[in-house]
Amino acid sequence: MQKSKIVEHLDAIEEFEREPVPESKRKGLGSFIGMYAGEHTAGTEFVIGPLFVAHGAGVSAVIGGLFLGNVLAVLSWGLLTAPIATKTRITLYYQLEKICGKNLVTVYNLVNALMFCFLAGSMIAVSATAIGIPFDIAMPTLQDWLPTGIGWIITVFCVGLVITVVAILGYDQVSRFANLASPWMLLVFLASAFAVMPELGINSAGSFFQTAGTKIWTGTVLAGQTKFTFWHCLFFAWFANMAMHIGMADLSILRYARKWQYGFSSATGMILGHYMCWMASGILYAYFLTKYGSGGEFAPGKIAFEAAGIAGAVCVVIAGWTTANPTLYRAGLAIQSINPVWKRWKVTLIVGLVTTLAACFPALVMKLLDFVALYGLVLMPMGAIIFIDFYLMKKMGLAEYYAEKMNTRFSWQAGITWIGTLVVCLFLNLYYGIEIFFLGLPGWFIATAVYILFSKLLQKKIIVQSE
Amino acid sequence: MITALKIISFAGLGLTIFPSILVLMGKMDLEMNKNLMVSGMILWFVGAYFWIYRKKKSVN
Repeated sequence: MQKSKIVEHLDAIEEFEREPVPESKRKGLGSFIGMYAGEHTAGTEFVIGPLFVAHGAGVSAVIGGLFLGNVLAVLSWGLLTAPIATKTRITLYYQLEKICGKNLVTVYNLVNALMFCFLAGSMIAVSATAIGIPFDIAMPTLQDWLPTGIGWIITVFCVGLVITVVAILGYDQVSRFANLASPWMLLVFLASAFAVMPELGINSAGSFFQTAGTKIWTGTVLAGQTKFTFWHCLFFAWFANMAMHIGMADLSILRYARKWQYGFSSATGMILGHYMCWMASGILYAYFLTKYGSGGEFAPGKIAFEAAGIAGAVCVVIAGWTTANPTLYRAGLAIQSINPVWKRWKVTLIVGLVTTLAACFPALVMKLLDFVALYGLVLMPMGAIIFIDFYLMKKMGLAEYYAEKMNTRFSWQAGITWIGTLVVCLFLNLYYGIEIFFLGLPGWFIATAVYILFSKLLQKKIIVQSE
Repeated sequence: MITALKIISFAGLGLTIFPSILVLMGKMDLEMNKNLMVSGMILWFVGAYFWIYRKKKSVN
């Protein structure tokens, strides 16, 4: 479902890049339900679920924390992103350009593209763990950050090459294929979890709750990992897609929604794609641990293969491949938008090479939870700026879309807000030891306060100067 | 024809999920389930290709 929808959206974004979506082009609820379910059933779900087990999350933390976190994510889409998207009907980039100026948007695009590269890199690595099975490639362990051998590098490069070439030549074919694979992938997650439950001593719903705490989410932290509590699970699930909801990246998609309430359709992605798939893949990893112990490989492909055979391994390859492709495509578009004269295929080729190089480092997989949290945190301040500009600027007697009104290419208040928020978050992390998973919430309030403060100071000053 | 293809592909989804429930109930072993899941995968992709993939392609 995801690919054709994404292509459709990207095509449409090009069509209405600098104008609101007309009423005739708006889409019904069904489009969003399908898109969110597909887009959030990715190869990375095969990594995230097992990492909760490795981090020693307890059963109540996983079942309760992940549920609440995913519900909060749905509320963020429904109450923060969708109302703005359906009022303005313009892309995130155009909205940011009006508020922050073209040069700041260029910086934002570069950062965004870099994040997309690393995200696609982790998906390539996930696919490689399945492709490497028949060749008996040495897979990385939880402690591995560097390439584990020439076999691993060759496998990653082969996967990266195919994904890059497809992103250049036949992206729309992959998008249709992903559409086809999506319902099957969801069932493979569910079926493989069901199938290994008896091996863990679970034979019914009642025994699931009795056994889950002793066999799956035992609370035991694996070597080299930090302890995850209920709050880690809640905040991770809430902010896993922070860039999309609170960071407002999905303005570009939800502007096509006929009603703002369609933002709640993200529930299909959060409950089926995230909550269900994270729990299922956690169960598969628990089975893998009982079979091979905790000192061995951490390879989603092998984990799925042990539980579901060839279908499991194929599911990992498809899930990784079909989500790495649009991510790579988006990264290419983000960089190309800096200078539209650049050929998209050349940009995508370079982006693909950088992504493949990054994928050689298993750290991208082993530290995926931290990276996902960082990705959301880095882009979040721009979402806070859009929120304030939309709801509060006028009420405070300040100008909305200030960069556009002043014809400036760089809004200092927005730039200071972005960098300042991240510096304060870094300080909270280094000095007070607040983990990255918990920085998003205070970070949002810091960003809003800094933006209001500097808007008051700088808008006034510039208006006086211009007068 | 399309109806037959739909039946084949939904049978594929059925072969993906239902045997695992039988494994959970202790009425099938894990290896048999793995084989049926592969069969389910083939049926789904072969069947659905013609009524989802090609339909989408012609629409696009």
